[in-house]
Amino acid sequence: MAMKGRTIRRHFRESFKSLGRNGWMTFASVSAVTVTLLLVGVFAVIMMNLNKVATDLENDVEIRVYIDLIADAEEAKMAEDQLVDEIHSLPEVAEVIYSSKEQELDKLIKDFGEELSLYEQNNPLHNVLYVKAVDPHETANVAKAIDKFDNTYEVKYGEGKVEKLFNFIKISRNVGLVLILGLLFTAMFLISNTIRITIVARRDEIEIMKLVGATNSFVRIPFVLEGMWLGILGSIIPMVAVSVAYYNIYQILLPRLKGQMLQILPNTPLLYQVNGLIITIGILIGVWGSFMSVRKFLKV
Amino acid sequence: MIQMNNVIKKYPNGVVATNGITIDIRQGEFVYVVGPSGAGKSTFIKLMYREEKATSGDVIVNGINLTTLKQSRIPKMRRQLGIVFQDFKLLPRLTVYENVAFAMEVIEEQPKKIRQRVLEVLELVGLKHKVRMLPSELSGGEQQRVAIARSIVNMPKVVIADEPTGNLDPETSWEIMNIFEEINARGTTIVMATHNREIVNTIRRRVIAIEGGMIARDEYGGDYGYEG
Ligand SMILES: Nc1ncnc2c1ncn2[C@@H]1O[C@H](COP(=O)(O)OP(=O)(O)OP(=O)(O)O)[C@@H](O)[C@H]1O
Ligand SMILES: [Mg+2]
Repeated sequence: MAMKGRTIRRHFRESFKSLGRNGWMTFASVSAVTVTLLLVGVFAVIMMNLNKVATDLENDVEIRVYIDLIADAEEAKMAEDQLVDEIHSLPEVAEVIYSSKEQELDKLIKDFGEELSLYEQNNPLHNVLYVKAVDPHETANVAKAIDKFDNTYEVKYGEGKVEKLFNFIKISRNVGLVLILGLLFTAMFLISNTIRITIVARRDEIEIMKLVGATNSFVRIPFVLEGMWLGILGSIIPMVAVSVAYYNIYQILLPRLKGQMLQILPNTPLLYQVNGLIITIGILIGVWGSFMSVRKFLKV
Repeated sequence: MIQMNNVIKKYPNGVVATNGITIDIRQGEFVYVVGPSGAGKSTFIKLMYREEKATSGDVIVNGINLTTLKQSRIPKMRRQLGIVFQDFKLLPRLTVYENVAFAMEVIEEQPKKIRQRVLEVLELVGLKHKVRMLPSELSGGEQQRVAIARSIVNMPKVVIADEPTGNLDPETSWEIMNIFEEINARGTTIVMATHNREIVNTIRRRVIAIEGGMIARDEYGGDYGYEG
């Protein structure tokens, strides 16, 4: 049986009225939602930033290919071009950047000081190719493959350290995931419990509705809508608080992190994503909590 | 109208509250259900609107077999009945008007119709001047009158009442009985469980006496029949 428009309007009206009538129960539910969503929000922001740092670290991993020293300039050029082509032909390779030994020395001088400039007459360094893998986790394999090519003097990628880093990142991500899931479960439990209390207090109401011939959905819909409002109301403070806090933290950190390896995520799209997450979880939990709680009392 | 055929109700705790009841109540009848406390009167009544489901035997109300009725069909079935309780069961936060209108909103009646009919039944029970009051602002008798108005607002063929005067003083009980008689006079079947000897012995109607879950007596124009 299709529901009539005025019945739908009635359900909305009832759900609003009920928020007011159940004054402090509404307040208790909204508070529970607020506290948990605040935690969820803060945690999501932290996790997303940690993830960003982890990804940056991963993407920073590169392979340095030191090219054999070849006296003849023309021969050297040919060998280097061939090597670059070969490396490019590997499907896992994302980019190859060439750095001549003069450029390498300039970098060293910049990092370690002018004393090194005496090597300019007789540069002992090699020309280098910087190679990045499409998937940073493939770095070791790519390095191995490159090592087999001709004219490679040495191939380095921070063996050992990189594996440790990846391992650490993997564990951190898993721990984060478990924490988020745990938090969500706690939130669901807390909120559905609070909603249950408010509904238990109104079981008479449900019973009477059923006795005059209300269908289950007629009884349930206003409660579920009410749960939705509770979720939405409970999301407001977390959304505002997380946004304002992050905005300010970002403003403070931005100048300090300039030029640093470590970066945090900009306000957009992060805050849209986190706020979307907060309100979605709020609504889902509110609706689900009401739905489950009212279900028990429908069997009259 | 209401037929029961060898109906047994055994509660999950093992108590057998009705033990083979067979009865036939016809359209327009006025029936008292009497018997000692714990005899099974309320269970007998609850079987008629499927608050309780018979363990075995058929309960047929308005041509519907409640024993085999699907859970999802119960609401529709209940809309054909009016139910009145000892404790009124009004929604405390709704006004008199809203409490009665509620039973019509549930079946998605047109607002215009609701208005008209609600005022009509409130007039019948003599509460038209108190439509805006809350149940807590009314006397017990007035609250029961609201409940009766709610039970008949959808024009049911039968009104089922479990000790409707149980919480009321004698004088108020008579007022309530007058309303039931009035409703019955318009053709509605009334089934009423009661402990009120005076009423049963004065307004003589069919009396069904239940003892130990069985029909001990079924008599047109009978008396209450128990001492004290
Ligand atoms: N929900 C229930 N679960 C278990 N046993 C019940 C339940 N309801 C009633 N009973 C038992 O069934 C028997 C009949 O109870 P019922 O309420 O039908 O009696 P009654 O005739 O209405 O009594 P009273 O005059 O006191 O209202 C009693 O022994 C009672 O304890
Ligand atoms: Mg009883």
